[in-house]
Amino acid sequence: MTRKGRRLTLIGLAGVVLCAAVGLTLYALSDGISFFATPSEIAANPPPPERRLRLGGLVETGSVEKEPGGLVRFAVTDGKARVPVAFTGLLPDLFREGQGVVAEGRVGADGVFAADDVLAKHDETYMPKEVVDALKASGEWRPEAGAAPVATQ
Amino acid sequence: MIVELGHFALALAFAVALVQSVVPVVGAVRNEARLAAIGRPAALAQLLLVATSFAALTQAYLVSDFSVLNVVENSHSSKPLIFKIAGVWGNHEGSMLLWVLILALFGALVALFGRNLPDKTRALVIGVQGWIGAAFLGFILWTSNPFARLSPAPFEGNDLNPVLQDIGLAIHPPLLYLGYVGCSIAFSFAVAALIEGRIDAAWARFVRPWTLAAWVFLTLGIAMGSYWAYYELGWGGWWFWDPVENASLMPWLAATALIHSAVVMEKREALKIWTVLLAILAFSLSLLGTFLVRSGVLTSVHAFASDPTRGVVILVILCVFIGGSLALFAARAGTLSAGGIFAPISREGALVLNNLFLSAACATVFVGTLYPLALEALTGEKISVGAPFFDLTFGPLMVPLLIAVPFGPLLAWKRGDLYAALERLYVALGAAIAVVVVGLALTGTGRVLALLGLGLGTWLIVGALSETAARIKLFRAPVQDSLARLKGLPRAALGTTIAHLGIGLTVLGIVASTAFEEEAIAAVKPGETVAIGAYQLTLDGYLPRSGANFTETAARFSVRRGGTVVAVMEPAKRVYTVRAMPTTEAAIETFGLTQLYVSLGDAATDGTITARIHVKPLVTLIWLGALVMAAGGVASLSDRRLRVGAPKPARPRALAAAE
Repeated sequence: MTRKGRRLTLIGLAGVVLCAAVGLTLYALSDGISFFATPSEIAANPPPPERRLRLGGLVETGSVEKEPGGLVRFAVTDGKARVPVAFTGLLPDLFREGQGVVAEGRVGADGVFAADDVLAKHDETYMPKEVVDALKASGEWRPEAGAAPVATQ
Repeated sequence: MIVELGHFALALAFAVALVQSVVPVVGAVRNEARLAAIGRPAALAQLLLVATSFAALTQAYLVSDFSVLNVVENSHSSKPLIFKIAGVWGNHEGSMLLWVLILALFGALVALFGRNLPDKTRALVIGVQGWIGAAFLGFILWTSNPFARLSPAPFEGNDLNPVLQDIGLAIHPPLLYLGYVGCSIAFSFAVAALIEGRIDAAWARFVRPWTLAAWVFLTLGIAMGSYWAYYELGWGGWWFWDPVENASLMPWLAATALIHSAVVMEKREALKIWTVLLAILAFSLSLLGTFLVRSGVLTSVHAFASDPTRGVVILVILCVFIGGSLALFAARAGTLSAGGIFAPISREGALVLNNLFLSAACATVFVGTLYPLALEALTGEKISVGAPFFDLTFGPLMVPLLIAVPFGPLLAWKRGDLYAALERLYVALGAAIAVVVVGLALTGTGRVLALLGLGLGTWLIVGALSETAARIKLFRAPVQDSLARLKGLPRAALGTTIAHLGIGLTVLGIVASTAFEEEAIAAVKPGETVAIGAYQLTLDGYLPRSGANFTETAARFSVRRGGTVVAVMEPAKRVYTVRAMPTTEAAIETFGLTQLYVSLGDAATDGTITARIHVKPLVTLIWLGALVMAAGGVASLSDRRLRVGAPKPARPRALAAAE
């Protein structure tokens, strides 16, 4: 093989790998990401059931119900709308009524958000940034509620 | 007083770093040996000063000096001693100080052990280390002073975040920083080569041990962080594709590519320009990692206080170093001469393939990590890129690379013979197929992908061993002969085998623990039993306990297999008293390579508690594999030819070119 041929082989190979990487990335970006949504946004504009969402807001006070087998039902609210959530698994240590939470999953046909992951704060003074922004947007942001994002972990 | 001394030492270190940044570089460019010689004492003085400063902060933590703001915010007098020490870097300011300490350490090591370097190169390398040191010392002094005083001093501190109060904090950050900052040496060598406008095989021989050492630390640091997350966070996961994890994975991928391409450059003088670019990229990605973690743009366990000015300053440092070095690269890369030629099927070709896939994989991780940040900055839309994205991109790019790994070391330089290589891999291929077939017979056709994954792991392990077996003529020559050959094998070749074996182990662990995991979530009362896999767990009762700065309730489980008790596990719910913060302490029991993992959920008033139980087959192989990879790196590092500070190698021709 000539020097030019070798170089072309190399460039061709690099091109193939690069195209594969770009193609995979674009495909995954259309499928493997989840959008952040607040309860008001879901109420105003119900998402298709196949779309993965991250639902953020406060755990509605008095809404947490635990059923046998590890199923937990609660509602996420931003003061204007509420979305019921069903989750099977262990809740994070800092999951509390009236506190910020992010649930990841899909909205089912019955309007219940089926979460496969629930994230709460990492420590007592920290609230997920998306939740803070969402609460500020809906006017429900109360820094004195012990949720000031000044000292995250 | 000691605190002020620490602060003063830090300011002095900044001044020394400025001298180190300018004088040796001017000396090297103008060929004034006396100016260039300043670099060595400056680098040593910088290490001494930063170490003094670090010791002063450690002292403040040890005696719980609550007149220091940093100590108040992150410590408590009842905190155990080990966490008082580790707590020094369990916060933003202290961790930056550790970063700079390690940077100064590497700079001093180059000054001490770089005697066989050409004077000019050494002066330039130390100068570039000085630039990085000055930038980060300035950052600490102006935005993140760990020595700020507080008046009046409170009687008690706020304690360290309980999640961080773990032996992992003592090990994970120093290892990771040794890896991150170790990449700076390759970066400095690359910039020095670009300034000189000349590069050769000797350059690669100097850079490779430093990169290899950094890579070993990075490997250990990432593995340690992964295991820490696994047992501390209580979710049973070991990798979350969290941006902060990705921030450490990207430099690892780049450094892995770099140690491979540096081989080509050292042996064949090819891939020069690409190797220099990789050296720049590896450290740029380390800096990016520092930015992502330290700037507060991300919310994660690692982001301590978020202060916008800090983020901006780190971003400026990032842009100056990455932009500057890439601009220098663009301007000077053309002057570097191209190297030797090779056929596509050859050792070089295999290493190029390795670099292609590693850098493509690194790029997909980069996109997945930064796309949400860019999108939010540009459109305000908030998205999260999680595991599904990376499974779809990173996975498919890794598979062909892993399939190719056993071929690489079997191909000859310049022109290899694929068929002959495959002939030596018959055993590995047979073993891989056997694993898949036996698996199919045992588990049916439902898990073909997982079985192929196990086959891939087997292929890697047996393939790596086949190469050594072929080299020492195992079973083809008398045993003593083979042993003698094994002894005579270069350590670097042995290191390759060990490291490739390690990847195989990790792949086996990942596939087996993900695909064949069993999980049960159950609400249990004392006396009740949960069955999972081959194990029966009986909740015996609750044990209230207390530690130095926490109280906990442990649930005691007897684990039975086949009727006999094989283990007692005590997962706990713990409350750290100072912050009144609850944490979950998972219990882990290892049976061979498999682990049983129990973590607790909420307790109800009637004595029922929710427990989440996992059986994770072969999960320990994930981290054992990483340890084996690191051991491979150490074996390679001990090769006489590569040893840091080794006497001049016996290749006069290449060396003459370097001087």
